[in-house]
Amino acid sequence: MSLLARARPARLAALFPAPLPAHDLLRAPEIGSVMVQGRIGGTGAPFNLGEMTVTRCSLRIASGAVGHAYVQGRDRDHALRAALIDALMQTEAAEVLRVRCLAPLARDEAARRQVAAEKAAATKVEFFTMVRGEDR
Amino acid sequence: MTPEALAGGFARPAEEAARGFRGLLEVLARPGLILRLGGAAPPAPLGAAAGVLALVLLDRTTPVHLAGGHDCPDLRDWLAFHCGAPLVGAEEAAFAFGRWEDLHPVARFAIGTPDYPDRAATLVIDCPRLEAEGARLRGPGIRGEARLSLPEIAAFRANRARFPLGFDAFLTCGDRIAGLPRSTRVEDV
Amino acid sequence: MYVAVKGGERAIDNAHALLAEARRGDPGVAELTVAQIRAQLHLAVTRVMAEGSLHDPDLAALAIKQARGDLIEAIFLIRAYRTTLPRLGASQPIDTAAMRLMRRISATFKDVPGGQMLGPTFDYTHRLLDFRLAADGPGAVPPSDTPRAMAAAGPVPHVAALLERDDLIEGAPRDDTPPPDLTRMPMELPATRALRLQALARGDEGFLLSLAYSTQRGYGRTHAFVGELRIGWVDVAMEIPELGLAVTIGEVEVTECETVNQFLGSRGAPPRFTRGYGLTFGQTERKAIAMSLVDRALRWKELGEDGTGAPAQDEEFVLMHADNVQATGFLEHIKLPHYVDFQSELELLRRLRAETAAEPEAAE
Repeated sequence: MSLLARARPARLAALFPAPLPAHDLLRAPEIGSVMVQGRIGGTGAPFNLGEMTVTRCSLRIASGAVGHAYVQGRDRDHALRAALIDALMQTEAAEVLRVRCLAPLARDEAARRQVAAEKAAATKVEFFTMVRGEDR
Repeated sequence: MTPEALAGGFARPAEEAARGFRGLLEVLARPGLILRLGGAAPPAPLGAAAGVLALVLLDRTTPVHLAGGHDCPDLRDWLAFHCGAPLVGAEEAAFAFGRWEDLHPVARFAIGTPDYPDRAATLVIDCPRLEAEGARLRGPGIRGEARLSLPEIAAFRANRARFPLGFDAFLTCGDRIAGLPRSTRVEDV
Repeated sequence: MYVAVKGGERAIDNAHALLAEARRGDPGVAELTVAQIRAQLHLAVTRVMAEGSLHDPDLAALAIKQARGDLIEAIFLIRAYRTTLPRLGASQPIDTAAMRLMRRISATFKDVPGGQMLGPTFDYTHRLLDFRLAADGPGAVPPSDTPRAMAAAGPVPHVAALLERDDLIEGAPRDDTPPPDLTRMPMELPATRALRLQALARGDEGFLLSLAYSTQRGYGRTHAFVGELRIGWVDVAMEIPELGLAVTIGEVEVTECETVNQFLGSRGAPPRFTRGYGLTFGQTERKAIAMSLVDRALRWKELGEDGTGAPAQDEEFVLMHADNVQATGFLEHIKLPHYVDFQSELELLRRLRAETAAEPEAAE
């Protein structure tokens, strides 16, 4: 679910294209917000930092399996696809989906994060304190 | 969470929520008026009208108290999925659902503060019958007088006496609903 | 008193048309896309997200385009949109120790475990205009050519945690009290630190900058060092009621600043450094540093310091004036028709003058 939530909507649509499997909506894709909390001093009491947009969806597929999704942003199709995959992962389609959708998404994300980390690491700096002559 | 808990929400959320909200506004503005509300199919013992009210007015910022037989797993799950409202004791509730005898003693519920009279509870009373007969209602939103089959008179008179503080109430029976705001004066006939 | 103004509909429609034309500017120049704003004016986008109090870069970019680059107007648009969204829940507190860092510096220790990374900073630029950016055609370095280095794996601990380990700084012990939310309940003073931080996180950058600067110049001095400043991405997890477990629902870019401030001790307690905290959406380090200074200044009572009457120590002054949408709404409303108020003032003035004119001798 986490991987689907963070996926780029266009990439997910490419990996899991229409026509989508039949389903009944239990809760149609709905755009809302989630209040993001931080902690004072990073570790202390929680406080409200601000909100983020989130779209959620719940549905049931023909097998009876129920799928839920909460995905970042305002893309209803993204939430629908994520909920469908969540439901299908409880069926015999799971293995195919793991290979066809989830693995590529995981690879994309890992690569994106690796590149960002390597570029940041290249800006690593060493500071030296200099001893001034008169202090000798 | 059981599959039943996930069903029974609005099929067309935008339309049905707007229509439900309008209905709730209407019955609260015209005490004594009985309307039918549909579109929700909550698990028993919650009726259809109370279900619409829950879907329209509850969210995670509205603590809910379930009294008596209303405090059952099916209903808890349904409210958790469709509304996200936290369940609390009577004293902290913004909304309370139950039969009148289970909601008693109603002195437990919040009546607001002079600075924030809005921080009061709304009771959603599940009635065995709901008819435009019985107790006499007078006050804002009522031309002359109205009649409504209330489960009790004394509690509502005491509630009116504290105005502008006090709880507000909805009375429901199946898909039928009436409103009884704290501003309404209630008299025995 | 406010009086509705009738008429003027056509003038207003025409003003809107003129606004649209002015927004578009010279039609001979290509129109800006929202994607361009999002990608290339990222710091404007993150300011709008931080003060609009909504993390959604696409919406922030759209708001900037619609507002013709007026960031306070864009923040206003985001705040207005935000109110239309149903609140689906609250996240678990984000774990900034697990941040995927793009920048991390400390002004207190040169050798911090995990190292210091400058990230995409202006700090060591010469502030000389770069006319290469004015030239048409492709810019400086293609992204694929940005230098890379081996990245350390795993989370990087906070600098404060190191000082905490040796008991040299006050702790920030874990506590799970649900925080107050000023978007749901009116602000009540005195405020808790959690409420103050929420107000500061969405407060105006310029206002916080000036307040923080005033503490440095002596109006509520706290002797702040930037213990650590970090910018990066953190996962946001939320408990999903229908699943009964917490899952990650997205990731947000944040800036975190923690200051190490003058120490305090008392009988029985050895002296220890104190802390100020800043956390904001996006790459907003000026804001985060200012926030941590103002947070620390506001803690004077809790820490048993003297109140000097400095603006930054005055909770009501700070919290009631930090919000630029509130401020601009009240400020700008005075340009709208106030004909009746003014007429009554004018009448009063005329009457006073008539009275003075009628009794010149009596006055002497």
